[in-house]
Amino acid sequence: TTNSGIFSVLRNEDLKEMLESSKESLKLEAMKRIVGLIAKGKNASELFPAVVKNVASKNIELKKLVYVYLVRYAEEQQDLALLSISTFQRALKDPNQLIRASALRVLSSIRVPIIVPIMMLAIKEAATDLSPYVRKTSAHAIQKLYSLDPEQKEQLIEVIEKLLKDKSTLVAGSVVMAFEEVCPDRIDLIHKNYRKLCNLLVDVEEWGQVVIISMLTRYARTQFTSPWKEGATFDENNEKAFYDSEEEKKDQVEAKPYVMDPDHRLLLRNTKPLLQSRNTAVVMSVAQLYWHLAPKHEVSVVTKSLVRLLRSHREVQYIVLQNIATMSIQRKGMFEPYMKSFYVRSTDATHIKTLKLEILTNLANEANISTILREFQTYVKSQDKAFAAATIQAIGRCATNISEVTDTCLNGLVLLLSNRDETVVAESVVVIKKLLQMQPTQHCEIIKHMAKLFDNITVSMARASILWLIGEYCERVPKIAPDVLRKMAKSFTAEEDIVKLQTVNLAAKLYLTNSKQTKLLTQYILNLGKYDQNYDIRDRTRFIRQLIVPNEKSGALSKYARRILLAPKPAPVLESAFKDRDRFQLGTLSHSLNIKATGYLELSDWPAVAPDQSVRNVEVIEPVKEWAPSVGKAKPPKQDDKFYSDSGEDDHEEEEGEEGSESSSSEDSSSSSSDSSSSEGLSFCVCIWVNIPTFGPVKSHELLHHMTGKGLSARYHFPRQPCLYQPNMVAVQVTLTNGSDHSLEEIHIGDRSPASLNLHCFNTIERLEPEASVTVSMGIDFSDSTQAANFQLCTKDDQFSVSIQPAVGELLMPSSMTEQDFCKEQGKLLGMNETSATITLAAENSSSQSLSKQVLSVANVGVVSSSENNIHRFAGRTVSSGALVLVTAESRESSTALLTINTDKSIMASMLLRDLKQALAQA
Amino acid sequence: MIHSLFLVNASGDIFLEKHWKSVVSRSVCDYFFEAQERATEPENVPPVIPTPHHYLISVLRHRIYFVAVIQSEVPPLFVIEFLHRVVDTFQDYFGVCTEAAIKDNVVVVYELLEEMLDNGFPLATESNILKELIKPPTILRTMVNTITGSTNVGEQLPTGQLSVVPWRRTGVKYTNNEAYFDVVEEIDAIIDKSGSTITAEIQGVIDACVKLTGMPDLTLSFMNPRLLDDVSFHPCVRFKRWEAERILSFIPPDGNFRLLSYHVSSQNLVAIPVYVKHNITFREGSSQGRFDLTLGPKQTMGKAVESVLVSSQLPRGVLNTNLNPSQGTYTFDPVTKLLTWDVGKINPQKLPSLKGSMSLQAGASKPDENPTINIQFKIQQMAISGLKVNRLDMYGEKYKPFKGIKYMTKAGKFQVRT
Repeated sequence: TTNSGIFSVLRNEDLKEMLESSKESLKLEAMKRIVGLIAKGKNASELFPAVVKNVASKNIELKKLVYVYLVRYAEEQQDLALLSISTFQRALKDPNQLIRASALRVLSSIRVPIIVPIMMLAIKEAATDLSPYVRKTSAHAIQKLYSLDPEQKEQLIEVIEKLLKDKSTLVAGSVVMAFEEVCPDRIDLIHKNYRKLCNLLVDVEEWGQVVIISMLTRYARTQFTSPWKEGATFDENNEKAFYDSEEEKKDQVEAKPYVMDPDHRLLLRNTKPLLQSRNTAVVMSVAQLYWHLAPKHEVSVVTKSLVRLLRSHREVQYIVLQNIATMSIQRKGMFEPYMKSFYVRSTDATHIKTLKLEILTNLANEANISTILREFQTYVKSQDKAFAAATIQAIGRCATNISEVTDTCLNGLVLLLSNRDETVVAESVVVIKKLLQMQPTQHCEIIKHMAKLFDNITVSMARASILWLIGEYCERVPKIAPDVLRKMAKSFTAEEDIVKLQTVNLAAKLYLTNSKQTKLLTQYILNLGKYDQNYDIRDRTRFIRQLIVPNEKSGALSKYARRILLAPKPAPVLESAFKDRDRFQLGTLSHSLNIKATGYLELSDWPAVAPDQSVRNVEVIEPVKEWAPSVGKAKPPKQDDKFYSDSGEDDHEEEEGEEGSESSSSEDSSSSSSDSSSSEGLSFCVCIWVNIPTFGPVKSHELLHHMTGKGLSARYHFPRQPCLYQPNMVAVQVTLTNGSDHSLEEIHIGDRSPASLNLHCFNTIERLEPEASVTVSMGIDFSDSTQAANFQLCTKDDQFSVSIQPAVGELLMPSSMTEQDFCKEQGKLLGMNETSATITLAAENSSSQSLSKQVLSVANVGVVSSSENNIHRFAGRTVSSGALVLVTAESRESSTALLTINTDKSIMASMLLRDLKQALAQA
Repeated sequence: MIHSLFLVNASGDIFLEKHWKSVVSRSVCDYFFEAQERATEPENVPPVIPTPHHYLISVLRHRIYFVAVIQSEVPPLFVIEFLHRVVDTFQDYFGVCTEAAIKDNVVVVYELLEEMLDNGFPLATESNILKELIKPPTILRTMVNTITGSTNVGEQLPTGQLSVVPWRRTGVKYTNNEAYFDVVEEIDAIIDKSGSTITAEIQGVIDACVKLTGMPDLTLSFMNPRLLDDVSFHPCVRFKRWEAERILSFIPPDGNFRLLSYHVSSQNLVAIPVYVKHNITFREGSSQGRFDLTLGPKQTMGKAVESVLVSSQLPRGVLNTNLNPSQGTYTFDPVTKLLTWDVGKINPQKLPSLKGSMSLQAGASKPDENPTINIQFKIQQMAISGLKVNRLDMYGEKYKPFKGIKYMTKAGKFQVRT
């Protein structure tokens, strides 16, 4: 609150002085004021030399404000700006990733062409930085450099190509943004990254999601064949008609069986959960993706979410309603159940009201029209007259589209002609005119009624419409028409231009049909028109006169006067303003404005034949990592259920500063598909998805019964996470529950045996209330043996001896490797390092899925993708010593299987074999 | 994407501008002002306006237009959503988002905008990350800063931006660990003349205020999760867990946030907690109109209906009103024709009413439409859909937090047509 209003008082000279002082606080104060000036749009460029000196300040806020200034004025003061460059170049080498990132951010924002080579170098270097955050910044810098110097395109595309391969969710959104800006047509760069992008999508930040989804929509339209049935048009009404004839349907099915590309399915499946995003832009982008890519019957999954967005801010409603308006023209059924969500409230803004009206009109059909018309009756009475007029237009549209209600609507509109409000009457006349034009024969009465009202109507558009109607159908109202013309002759000079034009028209038509009565009147009107101030009217009059009044000069045309003026005219089509809007991709600016915006990228038509599918296959050679539970199946369900990646995993990654995020379950599925054909790959990844929830809860074991523990009970389980405390420890989670009637204090771990047992205790629990329970985690180094870890669980008053006995399978960590690596390692562990047995499988375990499931439930190992159907391979390492443990299960005939374990820990091998045998043999 | 941002007040003055790429002259806003002039109400300015070289996308909040300048194709909702995020952030930082607050904190505003967008693309929009980068101003801190010259900018670097839990700042410590959840449901309804419901639906949110030390992992379950028909989550919620078990499992952001918003399935009948008896008549040729309104409770499960506020836009022909409220106060603005009646609490024994006459413009014809009545109300300790939280558990931390859950029902867009 201190720095308001003072800006104007201090002049530039004072600010300069402050900046040059030795006191940090004065400099900072000066910079704050300068930022205030910039914010107001005042010019502060002459302070540049004084400001730029502070670019290397130690004070972070001062430095940041100098950056703000620099980015704002560097373009105008290029030479001086160069003085700051070396500071950023130095910072680009800083050991701290955030400082490197911020230096690149500012350096790339300085729009000085001389430093293009420096920027290029910095971007290239940052693109290979170990920190994903710096790589993200480099993706942003690509666009900045491109807009500064488009000549750099080729080199920048190379960087984009490199960054597209990045596996970090931080980078994905930013690099796709750069791709869209620099080289949106290079879809060949996407092929190899397509599956990865699909799989990373849920974990990418929300803004990145929008950009990626929009890019993938375009990509999919070039790579996959149409999921929309051949011959069936977009219009579902047509579709219904189409199904009525059974034979045709059969023909269709037989003619072309459509099989969706698994990658196409992958995209649809992985975007669907994002409909639940809180970010309205994300929801809209998924909706448009489904609209443009999903089979017709699947599109309706987006309806509910779109309707939900209508609860959001007015501006959001506006955009969403526009898109629904376009959708509802082609797919009434999608939104019909939600019709009431589009009812207008008196508090809505006018453009919201109009859009809702548009949608209601689109949704109208024989079944709901009476409800809609009842609702419209309320709107017609609205105090917002522009909206009332729009409602009348809407009624007109309903009347033309649904023939059952044409008469009802027409009668309703006629009643509105006696409305007190002029705009309502005028709009009704215009709409009635259009309706009558479609079926004039039955409606002489209405024309007569309108002629009667004519004297009281003052809105020129309405007067003109009535005149046109009477003129057009003058033969049906032979008595009234000349009388109206008489009145018009009287008031001609006082009328608006459009009314005068229609009067001339009426006169001409009457002259042709009823010249006896109207000859003189027509002459009179034509004379008035001849001297009118408006040249349009003078022109028209001259033309009409030549056309209808025969004289020697008039040529052949006058013979055809009747045919020209009284030709049957096609009825106007009342249609939605949103018809054909979907030539633009939904959700885009172009769609919203209904004009092609700068930089709009066309959505291509589906290819008739799908391009090569194998371009998306990826060869993945995963480095073997000891700590990474790299295969999704091996993880307990709790971790896998996460909406975002496993935090434990990624924390670790940061410490190591390793490149790229580690494989998550879904990623593995895509890599596995590289070995087999892509359709198999998909079914494989489907089974992972399905598998996770059926995996069931982790087995928990009793540590201390509440009877022996004087009320304190404890259970433990192995969460199968890498242990945070030491890599050679097994993580154990202990849940302590207080079953007594008093609170327990100071729960901690006491003596342990053997005394050398390496144990990471949980922190002392100060107090555990009755009935309360708490889960703590600890780490135990079992030294690769199943010997129990004994220790004392103590409270303030008591000590209880407890022991944790690990199953051998819990002493392992999954290890990821390729099939080749597996076989290579197995080759090294033959002879006495190999243990095997043939076992009989329980009937339930004979399928390959359940077999893997059983193995994974026994031992914490990872699945190695296998090219043979009957052989399952699993790899792990012992937690403590890191020795490899390779498990092979080969299923044979008559539900037997050969189990082989290769490891140099022979005792562990035999124990593991026993456990596996037991698990696989029992149901 | 977003080139520049202009903040425009109700009288059409630009009071702040910020550019993320080359400077765009503020004259681009002339197109906006034109649209503003054409609009009869401030809300009627179209959110997207094309100009010869740019596109203007704006949102209106707290009577300030936030006008973003765009140069090429971008999903308009992307910009709109971002602008609303900016407003939310300002509100979060300054308590209010007014022209005065923005001008007073112009340096913080600039620092925030600088962090929120890089080259026009959103960078840090999570409140938790921003607060690590730039500390919100407090009276105390402003005073200290003025005296000592220290700064609002966080000294330590924002690690949250790098973590996989980007919404939560690290190193959170509290002496009292608390987690409060407010289940707030709003009823949107249109009631017709005869008192029957044309449309009614319930939308709810769960707003949380979580002040817990460390990295707590929370789960929240409902007694009747089936009621929730359509939900949207804060990014912290694990979607698959919800899909499989209907349990909300999440590592919460620090401080206030909206955990969930939901829609109650439309199959359930919506209980309407208030009814309105009205008799508003205008007679042809008379300069007097009658106004008679009575409110009463209905289906409230014994809970009191509080903070009732009735408002209605009367027809233009009404010059003034002479009404008598049985309780509360009423005002009528003869310029805007807006009638508001602050009723307070409804006493079922003595129903509140507002009766009297309206004077109409002499000679003018009777208005076509009777006014619509908008009603606001609150009912404490009840979620009208019947949604109930079953339990809230915390994992990952050892202390025992204080937990609280509050229910409330409010009127959303609740309109009665007369």
